[in-house]
Amino acid sequence: MSRFRLSSWGGRFGLAVAALWVLTALFAPLLAPYPPDRVDLPSELASPGAAHVLGAGENGIDVLTHVLYGARVSLLVSVFAVALSGLVGITLGGIAGYAGGWVDEVLMRIVDVLLAFPGMLLALFITAVLGPSLANVVFALSFTGWTGYARLARGQVLTLREREYVQAARALGSGPGRILFHHLLPNAAGPLLVQATFALPGAILAEASLSFLGLGVPPGTPSWGALVDQGTQYLLVAPHVALFPGAALALTVLGFNLLGDALRDALDPRHLER
Amino acid sequence: MRRRIGSAAVALVGALLLVSLFLHLVPGDPVDVMLGEQATEVDREALRRAVGLDLPWYSQLGVFSRQLVTGELRTSLPPFQRKVLPAIGTALPYTLVLTVASMLIALALALPLGVAAAARRGTAVDAVAMGTSVAGVALPRFWLGPVLIIVFALKLDWLPVSGAESWRHLVLPALTLGTALAAFLARMTRASMLEALREDYVTVARAKGLSPRVVLWKHAFRNALLPLLTVLGLEFGTLLGGAIVTEKVFAWPGMGTLLLTAIEKRDYNTVRATVLVFTLCYVAVNTLTDAAYARVDPRVRRRS
Repeated sequence: MSRFRLSSWGGRFGLAVAALWVLTALFAPLLAPYPPDRVDLPSELASPGAAHVLGAGENGIDVLTHVLYGARVSLLVSVFAVALSGLVGITLGGIAGYAGGWVDEVLMRIVDVLLAFPGMLLALFITAVLGPSLANVVFALSFTGWTGYARLARGQVLTLREREYVQAARALGSGPGRILFHHLLPNAAGPLLVQATFALPGAILAEASLSFLGLGVPPGTPSWGALVDQGTQYLLVAPHVALFPGAALALTVLGFNLLGDALRDALDPRHLER
Repeated sequence: MRRRIGSAAVALVGALLLVSLFLHLVPGDPVDVMLGEQATEVDREALRRAVGLDLPWYSQLGVFSRQLVTGELRTSLPPFQRKVLPAIGTALPYTLVLTVASMLIALALALPLGVAAAARRGTAVDAVAMGTSVAGVALPRFWLGPVLIIVFALKLDWLPVSGAESWRHLVLPALTLGTALAAFLARMTRASMLEALREDYVTVARAKGLSPRVVLWKHAFRNALLPLLTVLGLEFGTLLGGAIVTEKVFAWPGMGTLLLTAIEKRDYNTVRATVLVFTLCYVAVNTLTDAAYARVDPRVRRRS
């Protein structure tokens, strides 16, 4: 890890986008020109101009304000979803890999069932049943997202469990819990971190997609996906409503993908050979 | 093959259980949602019996599965209790046409791009191809769709905005759905080609004095295709999921539109059935991909 340097152009760009995204989310109330729920009927669907830099949407909501606040929803949902699914997935995957036997069998069958649903269909179903709310989106994305970590952690534990330092720890009388959490999983941290870096843009995109479908955040909450949904009805008269939040989303996802690539190249130099 | 079908069946039964359990664990009475909170107790009781909500969950699951298999399943809302399967039968071909078309577009874009990037590794061609691919993966479908509509339907007036009346209606949705896959596949093709180009048989073919083009396409490309096959099978699931968003953008009358309408109307029987048919398609394609892989690659066939 000490060698880790983001020397590539893509990595630096990704880092800049990530920083911009976090700062926007934190300081949205200071940066935004209006409160997000401000109604301004005379300037409904107004084109970008002095009063509304990125134009206005339905009921005259300010597009720039919603784009800035949208970063907030996107950050909250994706960070919590990635943390929760990582925690559950790494724990269960680690246990499956270390315990083996029927525990492994049962857990991997559950993973198979969850992976049988194409794309984000299961997350969509869950939020549709539970109703739109930030917590439900986090739950839906974690419920479906832990499987990737579980498979990875299990594979890592399987390759590491017979290493000498693990045998030494076992000989010194460490229990399975200590071996798993103090010896095995910390040594698998690199690949798991890369997985999390790629899962983050996935979660950002998933929240936006669910909100676009009307199954994510509650109506009225500033979210990039919800704003694009609103904008698709006015593509002819007010294309800015759909274009700007979508561009913010595409830029964020691009930045995190590049950051993930750079991180993977730094942690796994073998990958560069290919 | 029997083992593959077995695990596919286990996954499908698990999916059915999961979907049904979720509907039961949800707090609140579905009858409230269907009739509104001010409905009389008599009406609620009648609806509950009509839809089978008075039975325990495992009986409901049994009834649902039996009706789904026999085609007797009806929408959960009494005033217009219609059969669910004909609606799915109408919608499914639209979704399949859309996904297959987008997969063909993705292949047509990705294979030449990936091969060119690998053949000219480290040159400007490679950089441009991979740059495009990195950007393409990041484009959200519900944004790319509106952008394509604005450019090709509203400004240039070359193609229709939405609907599904002719092949011209298919172009923009298929492009929207297929772009991310094309970008991803181009990267995979490049990696797979680079691997193949390093093999001894390529060196031998070159040493024999075969032309670079023959070596590239006949020797390297044919071997690079194998790993792509598995990726394509797995990515079919992403396409099916993405189809839901794409169908909404273009008002394409497929399974995604059916599902979203059913969710809006709280028609849980249709929701459940649609989700399961989606899952069935995905699992079937994955099982077939596995089988095809074994057929194409003799090494895998012997192992399984």
